[in-house]
Formats: sequence, C-alpha cells, structure tokens
Amino acid sequence: MIATLAFASLRRHRARTALAVLGVAVSAAMLLDMVMLSSGMRESFRGLLLSQGFQLRLSPKGTLPFDTEATIRAADSLVALLRARPTVEAVSPVLGGQLHFPVAGATVTSTALGVDPAVQGDYELVAGRNPVAPDEIVANDAVLRALGRSIGDTVRAASGYDPQLRTLSGQRVLRIVGRVRFVYLALDQRAAALPIGTLRAMNGPGATDRASLVMVRLRQGADVEREREALLAQLRTVTVISTSEALRQVDERLSYFRQLAVILGAVSLVVGFLLVTTLVTVSVNERIGEISVMRAIGVRRWRVVAQILLESSVIMLAASPIGLALGLVTARWLNSILARFPGLPERIDFFLFQPSAAWTALGLLALCGVLAGVYPSWRGASQPIATTLRQEAVG
Amino acid sequence: MTTIVDARALVREYRMGEEIVHALRGVSLAVQEREHVAIVGPSGCGKSTLLNLLGVIDRPTSGELSIAGQRVDRLSDARATDFRLRRIGFVFQRFYLMQALTARENVELPLAEAGMGGTERRDRALELLDYVGLRKRERHRPSQLSGGEQQRVAIARALANRPALLLADEPTGELDARTGAEMIALFERLNADGTTIVVVTHDEELARAAKRVVHMRDGEIVG
Repeated sequence: MIATLAFASLRRHRARTALAVLGVAVSAAMLLDMVMLSSGMRESFRGLLLSQGFQLRLSPKGTLPFDTEATIRAADSLVALLRARPTVEAVSPVLGGQLHFPVAGATVTSTALGVDPAVQGDYELVAGRNPVAPDEIVANDAVLRALGRSIGDTVRAASGYDPQLRTLSGQRVLRIVGRVRFVYLALDQRAAALPIGTLRAMNGPGATDRASLVMVRLRQGADVEREREALLAQLRTVTVISTSEALRQVDERLSYFRQLAVILGAVSLVVGFLLVTTLVTVSVNERIGEISVMRAIGVRRWRVVAQILLESSVIMLAASPIGLALGLVTARWLNSILARFPGLPERIDFFLFQPSAAWTALGLLALCGVLAGVYPSWRGASQPIATTLRQEAVG
Repeated sequence: MTTIVDARALVREYRMGEEIVHALRGVSLAVQEREHVAIVGPSGCGKSTLLNLLGVIDRPTSGELSIAGQRVDRLSDARATDFRLRRIGFVFQRFYLMQALTARENVELPLAEAGMGGTERRDRALELLDYVGLRKRERHRPSQLSGGEQQRVAIARALANRPALLLADEPTGELDARTGAEMIALFERLNADGTTIVVVTHDEELARAAKRVVHMRDGEIVG
C-alpha cells in the first residue's frame, strides 16, 4: 500500500517527475564520468605497461623511460647479465632516436626505435613481418602515408639531419617489411622500428653499445618487487622501475586529475541530491493534508517516512540507468577529444569503464536518494496533525 | 451502559505569538455506547478542537480524557497512532481520500496498517462498501466519484477497524441538500446498527438526527 502511494505520488505529476529523473540522470552521468576519470587513466596506463608482459624497465640513472635523451652505456653486457638471471624470461633493449627520410626534395622525420625484433614489446605487427636483416625496417601508417610507400618498397633513411646545411648523416637504404602499430606512441605520431644494431650504426660511434631503455619480462611466479630491489642493488648506473613503481609515479603526476574528478563528482552528486530533495519537498508540501489524514486514521509515522524515502530513492534509481548510458556516451565522446592531445599514447583512455566504477556510482546515487528523502520525510511525518488539518480546512 | 467518552475539565490553549488562545475552557463530556451526539455552536467556539482531542490527534493542555476505558490524554505519539487506528474512526468535511487509491484501496488502508491479510482485507473492504452502497464503485478513484460517494467511502474507511467511536467533522459541509440528507440517513443507520457517533456540525438537520445535542460557546459547553 505504501509502495502504491509512493508510485502514485510520482505519477501524479508525470512531467515534473520525468524532468527530475532527467536532471538526476545528467548528474549521474557526470558522476559516473568522474568516477571513471579518477581511476581510468591509471588503469589504462597500467594495462598499457603490462600489455606486452614486461614488468621491469631499466633506464639511465635518475630518469624515467624516454624521459631524456640520455642512454645506458654498455647496454649489451647489461642485457647479457639480465638474460643470465634465472628469474628473467626475456630482455628487450630499445634505443630511441630519429629517422629522416628524404622524399621529393623534402624530409619526413619520424621517431625511430632500435629494437631486438625477437623480443621487442614496442609494436604490434599489422601486416608483413619483423625486421630481421640489418637493412629492414617496419613503420606505422603515419610514416607510410607520409612517404607514399608500402611493404616491399625501399626507402632512404638518415639518423641525423643538419637543417642549416641541409645535409643528412648516417644514411642507409632500408627495405620496408612490415606495417605496425606502436603501443606507447600517439595515434598520429610517425614512427618506425629497425634492428637496434642498425640504428646504432647509423648514429655513429657515440651510439655503440647504447640503449635508451631495457625492458624485462620475468618468469611466471617471480616476485617483481624483490627482483627490482635485487637489480637496483646490483646495477649502479640504471634506474629500475616496476609497473607498480611506474604507476606510483604516474599517480603523483595525475593527482590533480583525481582531485578534479573527485570535486566534480561530489558537485554532481550534491546537485542530484538537492534536485531530488527539492522535488520531494515540494511534493510533500502539496499533499501535507493527505499525509496528515493518513496519520489521523492511524498510519504510523515510520510508514510515512518510508513512503517518502521510497519516492526519492525511486527517482534516483530510475535516473541511474539513463545516467549510466549517458555517462558512457559522454565518456566516449570526451575520450575521442582527449585522445587527440599531442604525445599521448594511442591506447591511453581517460575514461575507462570498469564495473566497479558503475557500481560505485550506483551505490552513491542510491545512498544519495535515501538521504535526499530524509528532510522531506521528516517534514511530512512531523507535522502536527490537528493544526495541519485545520490549516488545510481553512485553505 | 458503557461510557465511551469520559472527558473531564478539558482545557486546550494555543500560543499565537504573544497571545494565548483559550480554545477549550474546562469541558466535561460523557458519551455512552451507541449514543449519537451532535456538537453545535458558532464558528470558533471550540467544537473542532474538542473533536481533535476526542480523536487523539491533539492533546489537552490539562484535564483528563478516557476513550473506551483507556486514558488517552498523555499517550505517546506511537501509542496514540495505534489507538486511533484501532479505536477511532474519522470522517472529515473534505473527505480526504487518497486520490491515488481506488475506493476499495482507500478502505483497505487502515486494515493494511492494522496488519490484516490481503484476502480478509479485501473481503472486509467490500463488505463495508456494500454497507454504504458503493460495492459497484470499488475500482473507482475518488476523482471518479461524486462528493456524496466520496464521503460514503470515507465513512467505510472510518469503520474499517470496527472503531469504538466514530467522529465526524462537518460531514455534510461539502454536500448538497439531497446528498446531505442521504448522509444523515446513513449516520442514523450506522447508529442504529450500534456505532457510537460524535458529530460536529452547523447542519441543523444533521444535529436533529442526533439523540443528544451539545451546545458550545467560547470554549465551553453551555447546554
């Protein structure tokens, strides 16, 4: 009976209830987006780091991977040392640099990664094969498009370019053997990969035995943090970071994002709360006589409270699925805008949907729905019956 | 004969800003079982205040009040609510039916509150609607009923839990003369069937139908 009255009360002013539900849905969508944003980038970055299965990354002392142009000296012996460890399954050295392609009087520049094709974790092969021979190269769509080349074509490339003299250095003729997608690079960033030995040779004597980064994949069951500490103690010239350590550093850098998300999420929740409280309070005021009559004929106070709390909760819960859908659509739209941010890895999502985010948003909305009904239900149930009926009769 | 209402020296005062309003000034009243009492008097004489005290929706400032043998002037809110549910039936001038509920559901409301099961509740509600001549209108909502029909549903609702006392506040006030006459006949029938009734009214016909008329003036019973 109480449920019937609660639903009937909401149906009585259909348009008003529908508008309130829509308003709360917008607020719920924003809340969901903020919950997704607060954890999305971190989880997305974590997924990115673990996507190729490498749990440890070694970079020159005091730097983050590809944070500077600094390189690790004696990289080959470091790789050999790492490969000799029983807990290590694979080691992938990477040398970063640039390639300049002279094309029809102009020069196309791209990021270059020197890798060990057998164990590399920087790109995924879309078509063709890995560059095995010293004169082979793979490139992403942005490079192939700019060069107007495809798999099987040859291309002249240089590792150095003097813009004043307009001269190229470290030139090679390379054959394109694969089309690839780089995992850690931005969507439209031009990039190519070639055997690390080739890139070192193109860079000249200064690059011999150098690597920008060494990625390590441990065997199943190995303790990542213990291995990290062991390597840190053993190797004095490199910084060793694990995925969790990288995430911690990312967390520090993204803390303002989370704070922003929490503040905006809280604001949207408060807006939803106030909207429902206002609507239900107006509704209670309109039928204060009816409520007093219910009390007069013996309906208990707590049932009146329950009816009004049910009304506010129903509005919140009805708005939740709409808000969820709206939140997912807006998150996708915002993601597509933010994905164009320069230098951002293609696979990074700002708004990552996780069931836990949806449940968190739903839980907060349900709690908010109950709380939003507290004031109007208190108001409805605590009116003096006789006085209210007298005022209603006069009014 | 059992005394249903035993009111002794009831005083009710309200504070309105700085002023104290003396709504009742020591009213004593006894109503016996199966009596039909009409309380009459000019507006503002304290009739409705007295009815509110008898209905346990208000408390006297001083004095003693027993209904059906139970002291009710100092009951807690929860006990007063339960007392109203089981021992008092209310009929209001403006009917005050739940607009969202059908006629039958309105009658079922106090029965559900009293914990009666679904089938029994439905049967009792239909029995009462039959009594007031509205069996065929059980599925109609208040907006689909005339004023007289709404008041009859309100009477059925008031009788739902077999109250010891039926209180009516200007029950014909919103009805035309013909429908008012039907209502008076219904009250007479209710009383003849054993219901104790106290009615507050300006309606001379309704007052005349009562077995006893109590006159009030300035918060006191004057005759």
